[in-house]
Amino acid sequence: MSIHNWEASQPIISINDVHKSFGALEVLKGVSLDVMKGEVICVIGPSGSGKSTLIRCINALNDIDSGSIKVEGREVNDPDLDKLALRKKVGMVFQQYNLFPHKTALENIMMAPVKVLKQPKDEVEKRARTLIKRVNLEGKEDGYPGELSGGQQQRVAIARSLAMNPDVMLFDEVTAALDPETVKEVLVAIKNLAQDGMTCILVTHEMGFAREIADHIYFTDRGVIVEHGPPSSFFTDAKDPRTKEFLSQIL
Amino acid sequence: MNSFQQFFFDLNEKYPKWNFIFFYDPTQTDRVLSGLWMTIQLAVVCVILSVVIGLIGAWLQGSHSRFLRSIVQGYIQFFRNTPPLIQLLFFYFALGQFTPTYSPDGWLEVPIISNVGWAIISLSFFAGAFNVEIFRAGIEAVPESTQEAAEALGMNRLQIYLYVVLPLAFRVSLPALNNNLVNLVKTTTQALAIAVPELLYQMVSIYNDYSTAQNASMTVLFVVYIILVGILVIAMNRWEKANRIPGYGN
Ligand SMILES: Nc1ncnc2c1ncn2[C@@H]1O[C@H](COP(=O)(O)OP(=O)(O)OP(=O)(O)O)[C@@H](O)[C@H]1O
Ligand SMILES: [Mg+2]
Repeated sequence: MSIHNWEASQPIISINDVHKSFGALEVLKGVSLDVMKGEVICVIGPSGSGKSTLIRCINALNDIDSGSIKVEGREVNDPDLDKLALRKKVGMVFQQYNLFPHKTALENIMMAPVKVLKQPKDEVEKRARTLIKRVNLEGKEDGYPGELSGGQQQRVAIARSLAMNPDVMLFDEVTAALDPETVKEVLVAIKNLAQDGMTCILVTHEMGFAREIADHIYFTDRGVIVEHGPPSSFFTDAKDPRTKEFLSQIL
Repeated sequence: MNSFQQFFFDLNEKYPKWNFIFFYDPTQTDRVLSGLWMTIQLAVVCVILSVVIGLIGAWLQGSHSRFLRSIVQGYIQFFRNTPPLIQLLFFYFALGQFTPTYSPDGWLEVPIISNVGWAIISLSFFAGAFNVEIFRAGIEAVPESTQEAAEALGMNRLQIYLYVVLPLAFRVSLPALNNNLVNLVKTTTQALAIAVPELLYQMVSIYNDYSTAQNASMTVLFVVYIILVGILVIAMNRWEKANRIPGYGN
């Protein structure tokens, strides 16, 4: 086990020179970034640049070949890693929602706290109902995922992650599969979360949203971070030609 | 003799080829009932065991150990590609030699494996081999991404299997499972070959003793199996309906 004496003044997530290959394909070629507690980070970049791979490494859904990822001072790239402890700290929301289709919205939210954390059911249910309210889904408690719209499903997925009381939330293009009309309701839920002080790492194509919400924006291309900065300067003073080209296409 | 018995007694007088002897001779009635009871017990126990074997086998097939996976694969190949009757004879006569035996009187009291015991083992493993494949197909239909979401919520492999994969895979598997269990119930008749006193065994003994009862015995056999399998199918369909997920898969 790694020694960890993390304090809130240090980065809650510290990524250092991470390399990751799938077979012969090197997807991450030395990525480094730090996230402070309460910060909102947006990662943008072209398709296939390694954004998903990067954030999946943070909660050990992917392992890394070299480098270091520390979450609250604990090394994720450690064979003795306590995965449960890590996943309690780091919640993740996926592009395709990935709800449990055989469980109602409320049951989806309750499952992990009850089965994994072994918390008492009635207590978890109370919290789940609060979370449902927080993502504006009152009345949908007993709906099955198949009966909910994409935007509603995604908000259940957010609530499901929050039920574990994570310190950090990862969002991987969570609005990419949604109709334009429902994108907003999901973004509002994320924004509320960010405003409540949740540390967030978002992979997103919603530039307007990134500009509004992010403390820091990272642009990735072909496995490296090309450029980063606060939104105030990132969108206007991009220096690297790759960033400029990407922004000109997307804005 | 009550009027029911009287009716079949008279029927036999009029049409001697239709001797429903077990409907008016209490001794024969008892033979049929005990056979029926044995068939029901065999069917229920084998259905449950074969499903358990199927679930465990499917779980082992997803294991990281190549050794475990090839054992399961070998098991499936053996039981799927050989006739169940030969399996039954092999278990009872070949493997049965290696277990201490003494002449059993009732089957429940026997401490070592009786012919009923071997029938249960053999038939359960036979149907279990198909169930492994059936559940495997169901498991493969559960999206990787759904399992990943469970993993991201801190569930371990067993928790993911129990709470996410199985409930979904089971629903996908039900129609195929349905068919296999119907087959299993019908295959219990082969226990006749090792003298398990189930329904077919009793019926055959009756018409060996009273040759005029042959047509009647056959008729009753058909009717009983139609009813037994019917009950199973209705129960499975009900269960399938009760487990249907609103808004999912249709
Ligand atoms: N499990 C895997 N096995 C093999 N290759 C993979 C795997 N996961 C990702 N890749 C490859 O790694 C590269 C980066 O993928 P990644 O999903 O991280 O990109 P991305 O930046 O998230 O792209 P997008 O915007 O399309 O989601 C791609 O070329 C992809 O094909
Ligand atoms: Mg991606």
